[in-house]
Amino acid sequence: MKFQRFINQHINQITLITAALIGIGLLGNITKIGWLYTWSFILASIISAVPIVLRAFSALRFKTISIELLVSIAVVGAFIIGEYNESAIVTFLFLFGTFLENKTLAKTRHSIKDLTEMAPTTALVIGEHDQIEETDVDFVDTGDVVLVKTGAQVPVDGRIVSGSGHVNEASITGEAKLVSKTSGDSVYSGTILDNGTLKVQATKVGDDTTFGKIVELVENAQDTKSPAEKFIDRFATYYTPAVLIIAALVGIIFSDFRLAITVLVLGCPGALVIGAPVSNVAGIGNGAKHGVLVKGGDVMNTLSHVDTIIFDKTGTLTEGKTAVTHFHTYSDDEKGLLVAAAVESQSDHPLAKAVVDFVQSKHLDFSYISVTSSNTIKGRGINALVNQERVLIGNQQLMADNRIELSTKQLDDLHAIQRQGSSSVIVAVNHSVQTIVGISDVVRTGVKESLQQLKKMGVKKTVMLTGDNQLAAQAVAKQLQIDELHADLLPEQKVTFVKQFQNEGQKVAFVGDGINDSPSIATADIGIAMGSGTDVAVETSDVVLMSSGFDELVHAFGLAKKTVLNTKENIIIAVGTVVFLLVGLIAGYIYMASGMLVHEASILVVIFNAMRLIHYQTKSPKIDVDQVTESRVKLS
Amino acid sequence: MSKAILQLDALSCPSCMQKIQGALEKQAGVETVKVLFNAAKVKAEFDADRISADQLSNTVTDLGYEVKSMKVK
Repeated sequence: MKFQRFINQHINQITLITAALIGIGLLGNITKIGWLYTWSFILASIISAVPIVLRAFSALRFKTISIELLVSIAVVGAFIIGEYNESAIVTFLFLFGTFLENKTLAKTRHSIKDLTEMAPTTALVIGEHDQIEETDVDFVDTGDVVLVKTGAQVPVDGRIVSGSGHVNEASITGEAKLVSKTSGDSVYSGTILDNGTLKVQATKVGDDTTFGKIVELVENAQDTKSPAEKFIDRFATYYTPAVLIIAALVGIIFSDFRLAITVLVLGCPGALVIGAPVSNVAGIGNGAKHGVLVKGGDVMNTLSHVDTIIFDKTGTLTEGKTAVTHFHTYSDDEKGLLVAAAVESQSDHPLAKAVVDFVQSKHLDFSYISVTSSNTIKGRGINALVNQERVLIGNQQLMADNRIELSTKQLDDLHAIQRQGSSSVIVAVNHSVQTIVGISDVVRTGVKESLQQLKKMGVKKTVMLTGDNQLAAQAVAKQLQIDELHADLLPEQKVTFVKQFQNEGQKVAFVGDGINDSPSIATADIGIAMGSGTDVAVETSDVVLMSSGFDELVHAFGLAKKTVLNTKENIIIAVGTVVFLLVGLIAGYIYMASGMLVHEASILVVIFNAMRLIHYQTKSPKIDVDQVTESRVKLS
Repeated sequence: MSKAILQLDALSCPSCMQKIQGALEKQAGVETVKVLFNAAKVKAEFDADRISADQLSNTVTDLGYEVKSMKVK
């Protein structure tokens, strides 16, 4: 065993020595020094055969007929019949090929390695007496308080107990954007503190952190096999022994030993075994780099066949929080809006909050306005007194109750807002209507463009399922050009719809925010969770979109199609190589050494083909949609 | 039940995976073994009273693979 380890560790040197010996041998051939030629090749054969034979034996101990065994028999056979140059070149090519394979495979695995290397290694733990101790991240316990300095990595998942700063969460969300964090906020392990200083109390450590889970998920995903891989694995277990039997039969029937050992070399299933897995490794790695976690080769395969995508509305297609989307003013100043904000800032009604946010986003100051009195009228709105002026904020009914008439223009604006499924708020000061605002759940930017892209990529139908009311849902569906809509649903009714589509023979993907949609996510052929690393999302779904972006969804879908195509290409290359070699053998053009050369070349070709996936990118749509329609606004 | 995670040097052949898996599973006290080929990691659940993590590590080393680091939980 020690010997085998020694050989394994010095495999590169062995390959190099073999190459040198073959060089000397060829020199002997040119200079017609017979003994130099013969002995160099004999030596090269023996040295390079050792690691191959060792590997063949150790695989045999576990009842596996490996490629190494085929090569070993062929090489020993060639050696016995005195074809030293063939045996030397075949073993050298096999070793050198393996060396190149490892180098290139390492490239395709690079993205997981990058990911694991981003994991924090040390932490500054603050002790009982405020002393700071640097320890290995593995020794931090939950409840410990750690110090994070500017430029350092957050070593744990936790809550900020003091301090503030900007954190780059790219390792979690895939989006290189600085997020402002302060006391009470949650921070994630693996993110980087760009500026400021934080004291963080650990809630999760090590492999339990969101980052740890992501790494584990990607590692497992790369080893989860696609149907093509499973098929090839099964195929290979029979194929390799079959080659052995065929070679024996050929040898006996044609009584040609040389032909038999040539068949052994040509029959090696090299590119076939590596072709499919290498595509998946590269594809899944690419996803991880772009904030798309795909849980394995089988998911890749199913995702590429999806033709119906079902979306949850709130929190998925829309932001999940109300905001002012329409704003009409009927006077020359912003008084109506400011007064409304001053009154509404005392209310915790969701519509009121939207108005206040809107005014604040315009950087307008309303703090100087003092509200004398304010009465809430249930189902109507607010009746307030501000600076001796009567202020009414509410719906059409409130205006009617106070005999305030709306002009034709105002009625038109109001109806336009209602047709879009938004809620409306009318502001009147001293019995004259100043402002009408429309408030709704905002559709997320870029969704429409992404949906169009998905259609272009082969999605046949988009469906929206929501627990929201029909009118509000219709407004969103119309805006996004969603094909089918079902509103007023409970979570279990959503599941029924998912099953119904599946029964109609469609491959269904369900996109939801991960928590309340878990049943649907689990039922669909592909469950896609939009969620910045919530545990439930990571566990129940097949695909996780880390920063909840729709361009990530497009990327995931495109990547799945590309990866599956790449796998097919690789299988065609591998099978094509075997056919080519067989024809070459029959035609008498291919011998052992040249056959091995073609084999190793085909392995490199499939790896290089898979490497193209590492750089796959979908062009992200231009996001420049200002969703707020404003008319006659004279705000500075 | 303890859990050990061994980080190995890059694995190149799928048969290495079967070798490691088979050898570890045969050890008394080892419950489950999972070899992650692409990540070159071995995850094993074992009964700490019957076998130590170091013994697991030695088994893998004896097969001819370098154990770069080990975590035990």
